[in-house]
Amino acid sequence: MAIVIAVVALGSLTLLLAILLAAANKKLYVYEDPRIDAVEDMLPHANCGACGFPGCRPFAEALVNGQALPGRCTVSSDEGRKRIALYLGVALGAEEKYVARLACGGGINVARNRAHYHGISSCRAAALVSGGGKGCLWGCLGWGDCVAVCDFDALHLNEHCLPVVDVQKCTACGACVEACPKDLFSLQPVSRRLWVNCKNLEAGDQVLEECQVACTACGRCAMDAPGGLITMVHNLPLIDYSQDHRTQAPIQRCPTGAIGWWSDDGDFLKGPESRKVIRQTPRKEGFS
Amino acid sequence: MNILHIRHNTFKHGVHPPEHKEDTRGLPIRQFPFAPLLILPMTQHIGVPAVPVVREGQEVSRGQLLAKAGGYLSVPLHAPVSGVVHRIGNVPTISGQMAQGIYLKTFPFSTQEAVEGIPVDVNEAKQEAILQAIQDAGIVGLGGAAFPTHVKLKVPEGKRCDTLIINGVECEPYLTTDHRVMLEQADDIFMGIRYLLKATQAERCIIGIEANKQDAAEHLAACAPSDLPLTVAVLTVKYPQGAEKMLITALLGREVPSGGLPIDVGAIVINVATTAEIGRLLPHGRGIQERVVTITGPGIRKKGNYLIPIGTPLRFVLEYVEADPDLSEVYLGGPMMGVAVSNLDIPITKGASGVLAFTAAQVSRPHRVYPCIHCGACIQACPMSLMPNKLGQLAKFEAWDEMAEQHHLMDCFECGSCSYVCPSHIPLVQYFRLAKIMVRKRKQSKTAV
Repeated sequence: MAIVIAVVALGSLTLLLAILLAAANKKLYVYEDPRIDAVEDMLPHANCGACGFPGCRPFAEALVNGQALPGRCTVSSDEGRKRIALYLGVALGAEEKYVARLACGGGINVARNRAHYHGISSCRAAALVSGGGKGCLWGCLGWGDCVAVCDFDALHLNEHCLPVVDVQKCTACGACVEACPKDLFSLQPVSRRLWVNCKNLEAGDQVLEECQVACTACGRCAMDAPGGLITMVHNLPLIDYSQDHRTQAPIQRCPTGAIGWWSDDGDFLKGPESRKVIRQTPRKEGFS
Repeated sequence: MNILHIRHNTFKHGVHPPEHKEDTRGLPIRQFPFAPLLILPMTQHIGVPAVPVVREGQEVSRGQLLAKAGGYLSVPLHAPVSGVVHRIGNVPTISGQMAQGIYLKTFPFSTQEAVEGIPVDVNEAKQEAILQAIQDAGIVGLGGAAFPTHVKLKVPEGKRCDTLIINGVECEPYLTTDHRVMLEQADDIFMGIRYLLKATQAERCIIGIEANKQDAAEHLAACAPSDLPLTVAVLTVKYPQGAEKMLITALLGREVPSGGLPIDVGAIVINVATTAEIGRLLPHGRGIQERVVTITGPGIRKKGNYLIPIGTPLRFVLEYVEADPDLSEVYLGGPMMGVAVSNLDIPITKGASGVLAFTAAQVSRPHRVYPCIHCGACIQACPMSLMPNKLGQLAKFEAWDEMAEQHHLMDCFECGSCSYVCPSHIPLVQYFRLAKIMVRKRKQSKTAV
């Protein structure tokens, strides 16, 4: 008898709650466009934030609501973007691809370390101890914080401890921009080929003591550039990208190769008069 | 009247590193020569950088104003030597970043007499006038933090300061500047205390000194003027007793609340060298031009306590004291809280209390870092009763927000006790410094949005 009471009591309670839940489901139902789910499935699920939205789902919502176009997603392949555009019946909105660019050429074969740093193996930690051991106060410390935060395997340290961006893989998510304690990374359209590869604010040949590819602020690039394309600001050339910058004239006479040209396959080309770097071994550390 | 007291109550936890003070504690303060070129960054203090008021090529006399305060949380800068402004531009600093600064070329044959300003009389000046005079003299905390002293002395509305504490603890190993200042500049200290008592309206003043400086405590107690409400307290030796929160606990038994300031418990702590500087400069209306620095360590031949003009390049200092050519590590400040230097072209600033140098042979090679074994030694050492082991693990996984919100990261004042005792040689303090910067950065970006 006791068993029967228990079964009936629990059974009726279950039934009651089930009815309540069913009613609530009907009453509180929120209609959601099924296309959002479909579009989200077509997105790469990287949640990188390169599109400017907090993740893939908010971006999918924006796509369905017409607030954004599929071209904003830099991680998807071309086919993937076209599929979304076709599915939603919107324009592709092909925006120009952005990539992360490093503004430092000072690998350990050309730039000197003043002091030997020993501690947590991270650029941000090294920068705390009187700026790290690098002779150039603005230069890349080479501990690879940017490589560690890159979710797309687009960054690698080369043999001279300098990060190299894989243009094909880079999605311009901006993680490396955040991670670098020296603020050397920035997101740039790939069409910007003319590039200043130095952040040293000092002028004169004494900067070469610390780094052989540093900008000495000689101003030749500014003289050679057509009509105000380059101005010297704080001892560095500043390229006005709003003008036509598809010219290699400014890099021709650069003595150090601090200004150069990004080639199609992501190599940094220097002018013919720039000093050739033959040394492949690290420069000697000097505590001076 | 016996004003000397021996106290046995102290703060909780702490460590006992070897003192190494015997090399320099008996050496009197000596004047350092003037370097041919001084480097004067505008950011020698915490807060807004100073603003230069001189131009390139201008001749300045010693003591003349070079830069005015950039705001309330800022102090002016005075010329440490007579000379000519060589260049105004970027100068290297201890932080590893360039800062705006002035290169000052010394006149080699100048008598280097200092110009004097308007004196501030301790008996007549009003409270506000004294605070203003302290700012105008460019005075910051000379113990190492370089926080503008007039901001610290300003008692906020609705709060009251009953005790002024003069910090003569000097718990950092190797350093003996405060010890020498107390022995040699007692009158300046008492004059400074008069100014400070008036500025803070405190009823009494306690000078806290550790027992390893018994001679200084006895000297101060013997010279103390009878009209000052003064006590000299001798404390047991323990690091980091010189931290203001620890010193308040040791002397008054009050605990500064988390995130609070000493004024929340009615106390203001001022370093003894800062006090002496106030007592010396204000009666003449002068600005701070030099400071006492202990130069010591196994790599130095002419160890000692030197009165060094602010802005003297470290390279010049090391040459003068005949540092070993095989120098391997140089620290600005003490071994526990000081910063390793990566560039010898940085200057001695207002906050530099010591220069420590070691040669390659004397430096023990950095230890391998082992995983945390949860021995709890750091918990026993942390004077703020934090859990450095837990914080260290979170820092490894970059859980900055959790460190700040649940484990009181921001209460850490980077004394280095945890790193000192850690048997696994985990660089805990470096993790915490990094974490604190990340937390502040995130807070800023959040408020910006």
